[in-house]
Order: sequence, then C-alpha cells, then structure tokens
Amino acid sequence: MFKQANWNEPLIYELSNGREGIRFKGNNEEFKQILGDISIPQSLKREKEPELPEVSEIEVVRHFTRLSEMAYGVDSGPVPLGSCTMKYNPKLSLKIATDKRLAFIHPLQPESTLQGLLKALYELQNWLASITGMDYCTLHPAAGAQGELSGVLMIRKYHEIKGNINLKDEIIIPDSAHGTNPASAAMGGFKTIEIPTDESGNMDYDAFLSSLSERTAGLMLTNPSTLGLFEERILDVAKIIHEKDGLLYYDGANLNGILGKARPGDMGFDMAHLNLHKTFSTPHGGGGPGAGPLCIKDRLVKDDIMFHDLLPGPIVIYDEKEKLYKIKWPGKYSPGLLKSFFGNVQQLIWAYTYILTLGPQGLKEAGEIAVINTNYFIKLMEDSKGYSLPYGNGRFRKHEVVLSAEPLHEETGVTAEDVSKGLLDSGFYAPTIYFPLIVKEALMIEFTESETKENIERFANRLKEIEEIAKKNPNEPKQWPINTTVRRIDMVKANHPKTITPTYRAGILRQKGILGPLR
Amino acid sequence: MEHEWIPNSNEQVKKSMLDYIGVKDVLDLYNDIPKQVLIDEEKWNNLDIGKKKPLDQIEVEKIMDNILNNNKIFDESKQFIGGGAWPHYVPAAVQYLAERGEILTAYTPYQPEISQGLLQMLFEYQSLISDILEMDVVNASMYDMASALGEAFLMSKRINDKSKILIPETINPFHLSVAKSYTSPHEISLISYKVDPNTGYSDIEDIKSKADDLSAIYLEYPYQYTGIVDINAKAISEIAHEKNALFIMGVNPLSLMLYKTPGELNADIAIGEGQPLGLGLNFGGPYLGIFATKWNAEYVKQMPGRLIGMTTSIDGSSKAFAMILQTREQHIRRSKATSNITTNSSLSAITAAIYISLLGRKGLKDVAESIWYRSHYAAKQIKSLGFKSPLFDGEFFGDFVVEFNEDFEKIRNKLIDFGILFGIPLIQYVPWAKNSWGLLSFTEVHSKSDIDFVIDKLKSLR
Ligand SMILES: Cc1ncc(COP(=O)(O)O)c(C=O)c1O
Repeated sequence: MFKQANWNEPLIYELSNGREGIRFKGNNEEFKQILGDISIPQSLKREKEPELPEVSEIEVVRHFTRLSEMAYGVDSGPVPLGSCTMKYNPKLSLKIATDKRLAFIHPLQPESTLQGLLKALYELQNWLASITGMDYCTLHPAAGAQGELSGVLMIRKYHEIKGNINLKDEIIIPDSAHGTNPASAAMGGFKTIEIPTDESGNMDYDAFLSSLSERTAGLMLTNPSTLGLFEERILDVAKIIHEKDGLLYYDGANLNGILGKARPGDMGFDMAHLNLHKTFSTPHGGGGPGAGPLCIKDRLVKDDIMFHDLLPGPIVIYDEKEKLYKIKWPGKYSPGLLKSFFGNVQQLIWAYTYILTLGPQGLKEAGEIAVINTNYFIKLMEDSKGYSLPYGNGRFRKHEVVLSAEPLHEETGVTAEDVSKGLLDSGFYAPTIYFPLIVKEALMIEFTESETKENIERFANRLKEIEEIAKKNPNEPKQWPINTTVRRIDMVKANHPKTITPTYRAGILRQKGILGPLR
Repeated sequence: MEHEWIPNSNEQVKKSMLDYIGVKDVLDLYNDIPKQVLIDEEKWNNLDIGKKKPLDQIEVEKIMDNILNNNKIFDESKQFIGGGAWPHYVPAAVQYLAERGEILTAYTPYQPEISQGLLQMLFEYQSLISDILEMDVVNASMYDMASALGEAFLMSKRINDKSKILIPETINPFHLSVAKSYTSPHEISLISYKVDPNTGYSDIEDIKSKADDLSAIYLEYPYQYTGIVDINAKAISEIAHEKNALFIMGVNPLSLMLYKTPGELNADIAIGEGQPLGLGLNFGGPYLGIFATKWNAEYVKQMPGRLIGMTTSIDGSSKAFAMILQTREQHIRRSKATSNITTNSSLSAITAAIYISLLGRKGLKDVAESIWYRSHYAAKQIKSLGFKSPLFDGEFFGDFVVEFNEDFEKIRNKLIDFGILFGIPLIQYVPWAKNSWGLLSFTEVHSKSDIDFVIDKLKSLR
C-alpha cells in the first residue's frame, strides 16, 4: 500500500544553528595583504547581514533528501496530467545534458570554438523542422508560453510590415485552448475572440466563420485539442484564415498525439511551438525550466522581406564558404530577443539525444503507443456510469482523454477534486482537473507512451473503486487524501490578507507587527 | 518497433491492446485525420530526423561525446568572462541534490498534498532570496533576468498606467533587446539616461531632466557591462518616488552580500539573475529569473508568475505549502492574466536554494568578498601593465572595463591559444564602447596564480 513519507521537516531556517557551511575563505588573505580591507563607499554598504541559515553540509543534504521524499515525479509513478505529456525522462539524456563540458560553455564564447555544439543545434533545428513540416526553427524560447509569445509577436510584425496593424487587432482562440494562448495574445497586444466547441469536439465552424473580419490577425489552434480530438476541418480552417490574411498558429503542446502521423506544416499552419519538456522528454523540474522552440513555414511578407526574417531569437546557420557554423542574431524585422543569449541549451541537448536515440521510427512508435494507451483506457472505462465522455461521441482520442465526473458528482456530491485525492491515496499522481473549462468536473488524463498496460488497468480500476466508495459513502472521499504527506490544505488561510505567507521573512515581520495585512 | 523507453511497444502487449480496443490496425485510431494530411510511413522514415534510424545507447553516447569534444572547453578558472552569466564554483552536493528524481521529473505541484517537499523547496527559495534582497515577496522564478525585466516593465505600466520608463545607457544589451520585445506592443517608451564617462555612475541631472510623467526608473546594480555599482542608487530611488513612479532594480544576488539591498534602497520591484547561485553556464541556459516586490497588495496582485505560500492543513495539525494568489495566472484569468508564464525555472530556483543553504550566510559572504578582491587585484595588475584599468573609476564589483592599446578582439583571440577565455569585446555588444575596450570578470573560481598567469600572458603579448 502507498504511504508517502512524512518527515515533518522543519524549514531550513529552523535548522540553522550557527554551524559552518561550505566556505571558500582559503585565499582571500593573500589579496588582503596587497589590497587591505575591502573598501566600499559607506553609502553603498549593506547595513544588516542577511538572515540566512547556517547549517553544515550533511544537514543540508538530509534536509533536501527528506523533502524530495515528500515529492512525486515520473520517477516515482504515473503522472497522468493531461496536456503535460509527462513521459519518462531518459537517464541517458540526463547524463549527457549535465556533462561538465556543456556546463562550462559560456554563452558569449566565440563561435569558431564551438563547432561541435553549434552543429548539433543546427541539426536539431532541421530535425524539428522535419518533424513539424516547417522550414525554419528557432530554439530560443524558454518554454511553450514563450514560444507562443514569439509567434504572436511575429504575427504583429507581419501585419506591421504590411501596414495593417492598426486594423488587424484580433486573435481568434477556441474555448478549449490552454490559458496561455489568450494570455500570450494579450501580451502581444491583441484582443482575443473566443470560439465555442461543437458537439463533435471541433471548433464550432459556423461560429468561427462569423468571427472572421478584416480585424482578424490570426488564429491559435491546438491540434489535437485539449480534448484529445483532432480538428477535422483543419484544411478548411487554414484556407479561410489565410484568405483573410490571418496567420495560423499551432500550439504544439499536444504534438505527441500525432507524432509521426501528421505535421502542422502539412495542415496549413504558419507557425508552431514545441514543448521539449513534453513531446521530447526533457524533465519538467517541478515547474520548469523547459524549452519552446518556434518553427515556421516561410512565405513572402512584402517586397523582399521573408517571414523567416521576422523570427525572434537567434538561429544557427552554416556558412558554406567558411565551412563554419555561425549564429545569426535577429535582424531589423524581428521583434528581437525573448530571453538572454541562445536558449535553454541544456534542454536542447537533452531533446537532441532523445531524437537521436529513437530516430523517426522510434518517435512514430512513441506517438502510436501514446494513442493506443489513451484509447485502451477509454475502453476500460466504457462500462462506468460515474464518469462520462463528453464531446466527440464515438471518436478515437489521441494523446489524452477528458472524462467528466459530473454524473458521479450529481449522484453523490463527490467532485473531480475528491476523485483526484482518491487517486493520490493509491499512489498515482492525479490528472489535470477542471480543465478544459468547457467540461464539468473534468478529469484530463494523459498516460503518454511511457505507461505500462498494467498501470493503466490499475488506474482505471481505482477510478471505478472510487466510484463505488462514493456511492456507498459519499462522505468518505471528502476526507481524502490520507496517505500523502499532509491531508487537505487550508487554502483560505493560504490566501487571506491577514495570514498569507509568501516568504519566511514576511511571516517574521508580521509577527513583529512590522507588516500588516496584505490589502 | 520495440523500445526500452516504450513499455507497451512489445508486440504482444500492443496487439492485445488493439484487440481490446477493437481495431485491427493502429492507423484506424487516426481515422479522423484528412487523408491528404496523413504522412506516409516511408516518407516519415526518410525525413531528416536523427540518423534516420534508432540508435542504441552505446552509439548515442559515442556521438554525443564527439559533439562535446568538438568544442574548445575552457577550464572554469581560465574563463574571465561575464556579461550576464559568470563562471562560478558549483559544490558537488548542489548538482547531486538537484538531480533527485522526485523533483527533477515532477510537474508543477498542482496536487499539493503529494508535493509538499517540492513546495517547501520553492518556498525556501522565495524566502532565501527575500532575505538576500530584503524584499518581502518573491515569486517562484521567471525564465531569466532579461524576461523578468520585460515583465517588470509591463507590471509597472499596469500599476500606474504611465508609459515612460527610464533605463540606464549602460544597460545589459541583451536585457534591452528583451525589454523592447516585451514592451513594444504596449506603447511603453524606454528612454535612456546618461552615465558619466569617467565614473560610470548615472548622471542624476540627466535623470531629473527626463523624470516627468514616468512609469518607472530602472537601475542595473551592478551594471553588468561595466561592473559599476551606482553610488546614486538612493538618489534615483528618491527621484522616482517624488515623481510617483516605481523604482525597479536589477541585481546580482551575490553582490548584495556587500552592497545596499533593494529593500534598503526602497525598490518597488527587484529582479535579478540567479545563475551565479549554483547554475552552470550551458551556453545560455537554463538560468533563473529572480522577481521580487514589496509588501503592497496592489503590487502583489499585479505580479507575474507563480507564488508559493505557507499555510496549514485544514485541521490545523501540520504546516503545509500550496500555490497562492492563482487568480493572477493564465489558467484562471486567461487574457486578463498578469503574464502568460507557466513553465518557469523551478528547478533552477531549487538549485539556488540548495546552493544558498549549503554556503550559508558566511559562505555566501566569502564568495562576494572573493569576487571583490579578485576583480580589484586584477584591475590593479592590469593597470601596472600600462592600460587604463579600470576605465571607469567608480566602485566596481567583479567586472570592469579596460581600455587596451589595440583591438581587444585580437587580444582575446591570442589568449585563446593559451587556453584562456579573456573577456568580451564590448564593441560587439554595446553602442558606447570603443574597439579597444574589453569587459573582464573575476570570481571565486580564480586563484591568485590563475590571475597572475593571465597577467603574465598579457604581458608577453606586448
Ligand atoms: C495546451 C498547452 N499549451 C501551452 C502550454 C504552455 O506551455 P509551457 O508550460 O511550456 O509554457 C501548455 C502547458 O502548460 C499546454 O498544455
């Protein structure tokens, strides 16, 4: 039976005992003899030493080891978070991406001394272009959302260069889209128009048509959608958006669902970001970092300006004459950089290793098995009354499926949240819940190709068991979880102006009466 | 194709699953994709992807070894280069702990009860940074300092709806490019204030003359492309607040062990680069964007990014951690969110928390003092060779500019032959430099003999 560790571990501050941490004090003396004491102008000197803990090395190692035992990753068990594509993070890639030789390369080291690395990055650009059916990729963006922002800024530049930006101020986004899509559109200065989803799970085509106007700057689509369903009229959608001179953006978070089977470039998309921390196996690190390369299909913008001239961030090019790989920094038509330097290169090398290992055949296999896993699970759940399968009746899902616990909720009052706590109790991580917003009591489940058949069966059985328990004793699920480090958490206290504690310092200052309520 | 990373790729298992689903061929599961779009297997297998075939782990390691060997790798102690990322010593325990699988392979802690350890690490990161900065609220990380700066400018505009922001002439040029990308759709004008060519300090009169109708004044502290720690920081803060504008500081957390903090200087927002806190260089990332603000509800409401808070379990029996103030974020607020960010740099933040904990108060101060001593010693030694060193005579920390007597790029290239990566030819990055100017950096990884070695080589070039 699953029982998570509970060390009741104090804060690192509470462990502080004045002991010596790691010190590099060794040789300041020899400099002191030459330069004397450190002389900083009085008006620039820090007044109070910081309230930092002082703990010995073993105490720190134990502290973080214990804390990690109170956490849960793919290495611990299934993390079926829908749209997060939590696949296995190969240890081979870990070994290579954390190699000292890479760690020591400074971002401004001269290109001529980095031909091995630049060649690999150049190849990765090409591989990702092949996988997506696009012409150019920049590896620059730090995550999917930054890829989106890059794309939106390119849409903006495109219409600016054509002299239409004052008119073209709307981006169309389906209501099933991830929150980052509308947020990125807004950060790029656009209004967003939301399109409902029809019964079959596609973007409502008529609503889409009537949302179009001369104001339309672009459309952001996730395909397969967050319902795990392929957008069936994608070719019509692409044709029509282009007739309005709008650009079509592909949110690549769900690429695993069609990997090796279909490519955004062949569907008429102009741009696509990829989440390397989803489809290409780089670890998510408890929230990041990731990488969100942006790939584009080239086209003429105006006069001799090509769409690739608008790419944000650097790309690696090969100079045939000099036989050198070089970095081409963004030029005058580009929106510019989105972060410092080239990109999250550790993640890029990780993903490079993944693609190199699997090759096209292995990537296709990964995509297929991810889809088989989803539909196998759906079939296992077919006889359940407590969970329904809204939208797209009879359609096969791709990388993920969204179940609704609404029938269970109506009958017993047990919610998707309660269900997810019941999953935690049996040693699974929970699905993404209450998303997409268009599904009531949503349980969004994605196993990826990394999950075993046996675990998928266990997961389905557990969902059914939870349903049984809920029907017998609807109060019991409200008490869950009981096998995790802590039981349910007081979110009112967590967010209340009088008790909110975002840092240890704030808590202490409030106790001393120096800080009041945060309002 | 059966593969060790894809358990159900086993032919028998796969077949049993397809049978159960009730389809003959896996292709049936894709029956809603238009035929014109489906890619033919033959075509896919011949695309430029990897080596067009799967490789085993031995083959992959060989190839990757080759790729890594095909670069000139400078020993840390022979790299005298900064400009936004610096060589630092990373204790073995840092990398060891940061690779714990429960953390490395976790997602964002959406289910707090099973993610308490991860949440506590992030809370400790926020807390440790807040004590270094003396700022009360710190978020769980941004991508890097440059994107944090872009977000800080957008936050400032949301707070006071003013569109003019003053920035220093000697701002990190990468940060400037990113800040422009982030702000360009939002009618924010970035206007630079002058820096005194002798001291490297900001020109207060120039700031005053431009300080009307401001959203914010930004100070980089120290300036990453001159190393100067601006003596006018306090005066700039006062001007900003007199004009009802925000004071935004961009910091190096290590320098704050010695110099006045954003808290002492009454900054409204502080951002910074966390790479010096235990992160490798990795040719540009991942790094760590620090983002902090004051104990002011309006500011916190406008803050971008994820925040972790300490609370208790509902029954009050144990302390507990969870994500807080989520209504600012994209998954709830969508187009009205304070930012689009979701994946951030959590593992970098946790790495920084481990680093800070391992060194502790004294250890971190040692590092700051080492940086101060080494850079000041090197500046003095280079001066004794007859160069203008440092070119700006204001207070500096870690980095400084030297005016040499020839094109600096040539000097740098000659030193590469001795295994030395010697600084940045400034003219390639900033408009205010001459081609004889080099930006040099010194940190705790450089021993006195490392520095004497490079001075010696420099002498031999003359
Ligand atoms: C559908 C979808 N789009 C976009 C994103 C944003 O990507 P990232 O978290 O890499 O910024 C995500 C994941 O969070 C997602 O699931």
